[in-house]
Amino acid sequence: MTLTKKILVVDDDIDQLDHVAMILKAEGYDVIRAQGQKEGEDAILTTIPDLAILDLMMENMDSGFVLCNQIKRLYPETPVILLTAVKSATGLDFSPKSSGAASWIKADVLLDKPVRPEQLRNEVKRLMA
Amino acid sequence: MSETLHLLVVDDEIGMRLSVERALRHYSTHAPDLQHEVNFRISQAETGEAALALIDSDTPDIILLDYKLPGISGLEVLLALKERKLDILVVMITAYASLETAVQATKSGAFDFLAKPFTPEELRATVHKTTKHCMVQRQAAKLAGERRQIRFEFLSVLAHELKSPLAAVEGNMFILRDHLAGDAIQAYDHLVNRSIIRLEGMKKLIFDLLDLTRIESGQKKRSLMDIDVCAIARQSIETHGVLALDKQVSISFEGPESLVFKADAGELEIIFNNLISNAVKYNQDGGTVVVSVRELGATVSIAVRDSGIGMTKEEVSKLFGEFIRIKNQKTMNILGSGLGLSILKRLSHLYGGQVSVESEPDQGSTFTVTLQKDAVAASAGSESIPITV
Repeated sequence: MTLTKKILVVDDDIDQLDHVAMILKAEGYDVIRAQGQKEGEDAILTTIPDLAILDLMMENMDSGFVLCNQIKRLYPETPVILLTAVKSATGLDFSPKSSGAASWIKADVLLDKPVRPEQLRNEVKRLMA
Repeated sequence: MSETLHLLVVDDEIGMRLSVERALRHYSTHAPDLQHEVNFRISQAETGEAALALIDSDTPDIILLDYKLPGISGLEVLLALKERKLDILVVMITAYASLETAVQATKSGAFDFLAKPFTPEELRATVHKTTKHCMVQRQAAKLAGERRQIRFEFLSVLAHELKSPLAAVEGNMFILRDHLAGDAIQAYDHLVNRSIIRLEGMKKLIFDLLDLTRIESGQKKRSLMDIDVCAIARQSIETHGVLALDKQVSISFEGPESLVFKADAGELEIIFNNLISNAVKYNQDGGTVVVSVRELGATVSIAVRDSGIGMTKEEVSKLFGEFIRIKNQKTMNILGSGLGLSILKRLSHLYGGQVSVESEPDQGSTFTVTLQKDAVAASAGSESIPITV
């Protein structure tokens, strides 16, 4: 029997945290919750997540990027999904697929908030396959 | 500090170009209100064509432009500059200082005029005036740029603050739609309650934003009259009675029977409503709120003390930014827009006062708003309000 996959979810918005956690729990994943960048940083010191799902704007505008970088440095194999509610509002294009961006963003996927359950399930499955 | 401006002389007479160069080579000037000294680097062009070619490779700040040139005329150079939308101030030099040429050149964008022949003093006076204008213009452009940046940041954060509750509610709807918490309807109570809380928070943000916009734009007509600030305080306490009863928080008043000064009743209401509703919301169940009004010379001091959850020093230091909400376990069920203090700050500034806070975690917070009694009289008639948004 394989061990239950651990997914780290970091968001300063408690409702978003609950939302993502509920979708993942319904799929049988083990969810580690962290409310904000700081809790997220603490969490990765004690756990090696199989996947991380991070909000972009938390304590700082770029909290998600910073945390993503730390995770990739500690655990290069852990896929990271970045969630953002601001992509379309700011008109910023930081799609990991766009040329050049991938090198500094380091996230594997960028999804709009709120993420649709089916979309999240698909991305999670794909990244941990 | 010193700055060097690039000045280009366009004239077909070499004597003219050299005398300009001589007059300005060691000349430096001060722009008023600006700390630094301005020097000049001078380059020359014999014709309009040569001037335009030079402008492309080494753009000057100021051009002394002869009206009558062998090839294209000074006026044509001026029009070409206008077309390129370059930030260059042009002083037209002409021996035929007729009103007609003056009007024509000014219409085409010349900043000033210099009639031939002129003395070195006249030249320097014109260059000084032009330099001053150039520096002031740049300063204004820089400020406008900074203001645009602040505005952009405010709007980005605002968009985020409005989208967050929407995203939360939408997310909850996805869970409900897909029955992700099982088939028992009670399992969804929490999601429904959270959705209502988030929507109410969003509604409050929109209302606060409207208040703030009205204060900022100065469009809200201020009606200044003798107002009893104590009466407003008691009225606001009464308004919050229901909210306080829910949390069994008791609100009391400390202060004189009445304290009258020139103010806008609506503004004072917003101040008290903000302070008291916060003191109730961030209180412990069964806590207390003390609203006090004091007269200290020319100052009216309004203080609201609560026995609430309080804040750490770090949290207090963050408190005065726009959209700042202190997020922790204790505040997750409290509605707030993050704009209340911005509103208080703006309003107290209208009265030449300020907002301050003292707080201790789990002990409570005291917010104090000071208002100058004569500030309104002093600024009467001026409707301008500092706009930082």
